[in-house]
Amino acid sequence: MSFRKASFAATAMTLVTAGGALAETLTIATVNNGDMIRMQGLTQDFTDRTGHTVEWVTLEENVLRQRVTTDIAAKGGSFDIMTIGMYETPIWAANGWLVPLDDLSAEYDADDILPAMANGLSHEGTLYAAPFYGESSMLMYRTDLMEKAGLEMPKAPTWQFVKEAAAAMTDRDNDINGICLRGKAGWGEGGAFITAMSNSFGARWFDEDWNAQFDTQAWADTLNFYVDMMTESGPAGYATNGFNENLSLFQQGKCGMWIDATVAASFVTNPNESTVADKVGFALAPDNGLGKRSNWLWAWALAIPAGTQKEAAAKEFIEWATSKSYIELVAAKEGWANVPPGTRTSLYENPEYQSVPFAQMTLDSILSADPKNPTVDPVPYVGIQFAAIPEFAGIATEVSQEFSAVYAGQQTVEEALAKAQALTNDAMEAAGYR
Amino acid sequence: MARAVTRNRKIVNTALAWGIGLLIFFPILWTILTSFKTEAQAISDPPVFLAFDWTLENYGIVLERSNYMRFLWNSVIIAGGSTVLGIIVAVPAAWSMAFVPSRRTKDILLWMLSTKMLPAVGVLYPIYLIFIRLGILDSRTGLVIVLMLMNLPIIVWMLYTYFREIPGEILEAARMDGASLKNEIVHVLMPMAVPGIASTLLLNFILAWNEAFWTLNLTAANAAPLTAFIASYSSPEGLFFAKLSAASTMAIAPILILGWFSQKQLVSGLTFGAVK
Repeated sequence: MSFRKASFAATAMTLVTAGGALAETLTIATVNNGDMIRMQGLTQDFTDRTGHTVEWVTLEENVLRQRVTTDIAAKGGSFDIMTIGMYETPIWAANGWLVPLDDLSAEYDADDILPAMANGLSHEGTLYAAPFYGESSMLMYRTDLMEKAGLEMPKAPTWQFVKEAAAAMTDRDNDINGICLRGKAGWGEGGAFITAMSNSFGARWFDEDWNAQFDTQAWADTLNFYVDMMTESGPAGYATNGFNENLSLFQQGKCGMWIDATVAASFVTNPNESTVADKVGFALAPDNGLGKRSNWLWAWALAIPAGTQKEAAAKEFIEWATSKSYIELVAAKEGWANVPPGTRTSLYENPEYQSVPFAQMTLDSILSADPKNPTVDPVPYVGIQFAAIPEFAGIATEVSQEFSAVYAGQQTVEEALAKAQALTNDAMEAAGYR
Repeated sequence: MARAVTRNRKIVNTALAWGIGLLIFFPILWTILTSFKTEAQAISDPPVFLAFDWTLENYGIVLERSNYMRFLWNSVIIAGGSTVLGIIVAVPAAWSMAFVPSRRTKDILLWMLSTKMLPAVGVLYPIYLIFIRLGILDSRTGLVIVLMLMNLPIIVWMLYTYFREIPGEILEAARMDGASLKNEIVHVLMPMAVPGIASTLLLNFILAWNEAFWTLNLTAANAAPLTAFIASYSSPEGLFFAKLSAASTMAIAPILILGWFSQKQLVSGLTFGAVK
């Protein structure tokens, strides 16, 4: 056989065996954060393995939510993979908008996904979105200021201890605030924090008949405690502070404590960004002795919209991006502190990852969060810092605006709770829940 | 005495104008300065103004991460296309309203303007569905059409205002000399209205360039312009202000340069007919 004939035969054989597995270009909508940007930089590895290429559409979190929700509801087909969270996944899956991820390969080892993450991204026991990175919330504190105040942070502090420690660490003359917390309006900003905090005070959004519960003592206690503590030990203008504002304050050494997403740990301990990188300790989010802590649970996950023409290639990408080997790839290129956290059990069993200072506290925080039983009293919804119903985002944004008005001194706690109660019940009635 | 008062007033007015001008320009200046800082310097308190280690690192990262030229090209096509198309549609409309008005002309003008009062999000879903049906989602053609329609009331209003300043007798004389309607508009009316048309073109180009609702909601990977480029560097969870500032500077630089060189035409067009 001549060389030409041989190469022709080889090419023909390749085409036949490839049968249908043609190289595709995937369009992926994602959010702008450090882990996602890192993934974009490593996409060539996926292309080398599969031949598929990727077009990234990176958007700010709130813009992304609006964009992908419009597209999936209208069946626009603009994206082959969408980055969504724990709030959207069960709702969209129930609507039949997502492709079930129930046929991932054995090598992928879906059982290795942390149970809390898998539960939050499933509908009726089927996984609909694969977690790329997961987070809970925890308490970050300045070890030097704590020592100066003559206190020792327990691994699992109570709210009362946190309040007293905040007052002791506050030093207005040196511009040090004992505690920094989110107060910014928005269901994913201050709304998420106060909802998670209220769980530890025994409050809940709805009773089992979907009646709003803002007229209960537990909610009054939550809000009064928060306002008293922040007035005494919080930064000026905390009503408009979100994650970024508090991160900036903490990195500049202006916060004694900060309770927020576990992902913040890598920022505050990074000596290139933080002036207090070597003086940060971690503890579980506080509780009130009622059996529920004030930490939340969240994951950014990759899902495939139903109706995409590139389902097989999209699944290949999801398997690659959320696999154990991807974590190893990031560790090899950028170090273990930069791997996407909070998704796989095996990561936390890895001795090299265990040496990362915030790894164990992140895992403990994630494991202590239970989205199916988020509150002291029973509730009809799933979700810790949210209720996984379509109406929640709109209602919670309005409620958080009322709460932010309290933080800004524009109304009283009682007035805000009365308005929250009325608007929530009105919205739930209009939506047919009551 | 009167001379002294006039000179003093001139100094005060000049100082006031410079003060207001700098106040308006300050956010842009701050964005440009921040783009040359490190992320730590970008959030430092007290903020540093000029005394920092200037770096081009953010520009390097942004250029490595994003295909800037593709976003820029999309912006040029979308802003330019929608403006030119808008002028083509608006010139005859403004001509008829200015020179052959009917009893309902003013009502139509007000109705056109009233469409600008509807929040854009109110029609997002219907337009999204129409775009899917027509197959123009995430296409430059779709955005040219939608931005032209969004800015059309402003274009018609501006041209109508300029055309009203032109004596109808001149057009009448052209007609009597045998000019067709097309020739009357193209060869008589438009040359006389060049300053007005130029400023309308420029203003609408700037409006279309900066439009961020439709350009974000109707695009994905193919037709995304510079507004989407900026949005990809904004994050509520992570401090990327220096990179965001670099991306913003790169997005506004072309329009800033265009505005700088065409400011004479822009101002003369906007004040055209203001003083009689």
